[in-house]
Amino acid sequence: MTELILASVLTVVPPIMTMMTAATPLVFAATGELICEKSGVLNLGVEGMMLIGAVFGFATAAVTGSASLGLLAAAVAGMLASLIFAVLTLTLLSNQVATGLALTIFGTGLSALVGFDYVGETIERIGTVHLPFLSDIPVIGRLVFGHDPLVYLGILVLLGSGWFLNHSRWGMVLRAVGDSDVSAHAIGYPVVAIRFAAVSFGGLMAGLGGGYLSLIYTPLWAENMTAGRGWIALALVVFASWRPGRVLFGAILFGGITIAQLNAQAAGLGIPAAFMSMLPYIATIVVLVLISRDAIRIRLNAPACLGKPFRAER
Amino acid sequence: MTDQPLLSLKGIRKTFPGCVANDAVDLDVAAGEIHALLGENGAGKSTLVKIIYGVLRPDDGEIRWQGATARIHNPAQARQLGIGMVFQHFSLFEAMTVLENIALALPREDTSVLRKRLRDTADAYGLDLNPERHVYDLSMGERQRIEIVRCLLQDPKLLILDEPTSVLTPQEVDALFATLRSLAAEGRSILYISHKLEEVRTLCDKATILRAGRRVDDCIPASETARSLAEKMIGRRLEPIAHQAIAKNDSVTGISVSGLEVQSDQPHGVDLKDINLEVHGGEILGIAGIAGNGQVEIMGALSGETGAPRAGQIRILDTDVTHLGPVERRLLGAVFVPEERIGHAAVADLTLVDNSYLTAAGRMKFSSHGLINWSSVSEFAQTVVRDFDVRTTGVDALASSLSGGNLQKFIVGREILQEPQVLVVSQPTWGVDAGAAAAIHEQIQKLAKAGAAVLMISQDLDEIFLLSQRIAVISQGTLSAATPVGDATPEDIGLLMGARHTQEPENPRVPA
Repeated sequence: MTELILASVLTVVPPIMTMMTAATPLVFAATGELICEKSGVLNLGVEGMMLIGAVFGFATAAVTGSASLGLLAAAVAGMLASLIFAVLTLTLLSNQVATGLALTIFGTGLSALVGFDYVGETIERIGTVHLPFLSDIPVIGRLVFGHDPLVYLGILVLLGSGWFLNHSRWGMVLRAVGDSDVSAHAIGYPVVAIRFAAVSFGGLMAGLGGGYLSLIYTPLWAENMTAGRGWIALALVVFASWRPGRVLFGAILFGGITIAQLNAQAAGLGIPAAFMSMLPYIATIVVLVLISRDAIRIRLNAPACLGKPFRAER
Repeated sequence: MTDQPLLSLKGIRKTFPGCVANDAVDLDVAAGEIHALLGENGAGKSTLVKIIYGVLRPDDGEIRWQGATARIHNPAQARQLGIGMVFQHFSLFEAMTVLENIALALPREDTSVLRKRLRDTADAYGLDLNPERHVYDLSMGERQRIEIVRCLLQDPKLLILDEPTSVLTPQEVDALFATLRSLAAEGRSILYISHKLEEVRTLCDKATILRAGRRVDDCIPASETARSLAEKMIGRRLEPIAHQAIAKNDSVTGISVSGLEVQSDQPHGVDLKDINLEVHGGEILGIAGIAGNGQVEIMGALSGETGAPRAGQIRILDTDVTHLGPVERRLLGAVFVPEERIGHAAVADLTLVDNSYLTAAGRMKFSSHGLINWSSVSEFAQTVVRDFDVRTTGVDALASSLSGGNLQKFIVGREILQEPQVLVVSQPTWGVDAGAAAAIHEQIQKLAKAGAAVLMISQDLDEIFLLSQRIAVISQGTLSAATPVGDATPEDIGLLMGARHTQEPENPRVPA
């Protein structure tokens, strides 16, 4: 009897493991977008920046043979893409929505071009953490201590961002800039510089999320491989009403349903595959909308200047 | 006090595209002096103080601080020199707490130390503030207190106050003046912008008067009259407005409210309890009260924005409107001027023509068969601009491009020119200069004289006493019975306003 229970417990371990890896790209991209939006900038180019990160990360890893270098390249590429956006919207005051959409289209095209020669190539993936003793604890050991390092980094960065926003001085300044750029300017904060920093961080994280996809989650390059994850990251941030804890919950929920529906498809349930693939996207948004309906909380957490251009009067 | 002025401006010039905001302005502020800066809206007062505070850069001219030439590039630098400023348009962050708002302006302070200093300063100056409250659910008066405390915490040598008393009760004003006088006695200078000339006369040692961007006069306010100051400001003789006895017409009941109970939809709002009032044709009923005592709720209930009340009945012109929305109430002949100019009374990013359409469409029949007749809307907007002396580049200017006083004139004009039988107006002259305020008062009187029922909600007791025939006081969501203006004194009303209100300082403590 106990053997039976143990066996059934052991069979759920791998899906839970993959659930976390499915959630991690979203954790990265959504964290970056959260910080970016909290500063009052709406960057709809997340999908594009993730694709750029994914392809440059993969190409670097394929050329150098080092997945770590690949991740670094992914992050830098994502950041450079976001800087294009920052110059256009913050310096030249172009419309943030249109520019963000353009960045996504640009990223899709550029990644397809760069990645053309890498389709079908494989690379060595980054291994999982193995902590002596801890990782050997039955069930719990693998679940808690057996992931690849990026899973932990992602959670750490997200929780760290939550702490940064609510408990650090610069986090407070960042929220202030997103709440009222005019007031922040009147008090004497460099609004544009702070937003540049927030947008670059957003790009860095989106790039890293993309790199995680092409280097660890599925170590290969395929055109448009983010499959809308950039968009879901954007939706996560908004529907989680800009709260890091809910972003993490939403990301894990998305990861969980993704894996569950893959398993269900493999098990041959008689439900159309297209419907199953759509499930994680719909379910994540519905659940987050339902738990974040408090109008006052939304008003407190939503950056009031989101998407508005700011020009300092001189 | 030394001979050398603390701050000295020479030949300051600042132009914006299309207008000269300041031209050859000289200003000397001595240490320990309370110096008034007077002028109409658009005279360039705000531009000048923004230059002093480093928000704007002058095109020409020199700023000397304690005798040395100073280039003030940004507010942080101004604060370092010892210049503090309370803005007219608050520089606050709505989604953040009072404490965070203050901490943002004091970068080198530890939060726990700051919390204590905030309490000490707030207590010392009788400025009640809860550091954990979020700004968005504070009243205008409470928001201003944050600005003042935030400045005082920076220990400034020069404190610039832009229209600081417009939202305070008489008792609070007295407490503030005591504070300002003791700050001046400590050797600090105060640059005081106000449109309340009586205040300037009692408080200020010197006054500099600006008109159309130029300095026109320096004077000692105590040896002038309010009238002579106002005339210097506007450059012509001013006809005084007197309290007018208006023939009340009891046969027309403009507004009748009985047993009204409203649950506030504002966070930390005030629920209305058993409100009863009646306003007849030809009468102005004034509702006095400190901000945040139910004024927003009463305005919302009367205009129909907040939906059906919990109990009670509202009748406008003998029609039960309890369950009608704002559009239906407007069609019956009632118009409304809410307190917030931008975002509630007018849309900042729309032109004056568009804004005219928004509230006047129904009564003025601006559309037919689903199409808008823009030429008649534009004509209407032009009439408002002309009749109410709105200073603007034209009716196609954005609402946000108008100064506060001019936008207020436009908004009041837009409603009055619809020839309503009922006007409900909240804080009609908040942050508006003397000339514009007089014009608005005159128009409200004229409307009542023509037979309309007017309900005016205001914190400004001068205004309440000048215009109203009867006065009621709102405090913590309950409305007192209305007293005829002849039977009430400002002191009585002031005390009623502060009744059961914690921030009422019993003995305003003045720091030594």
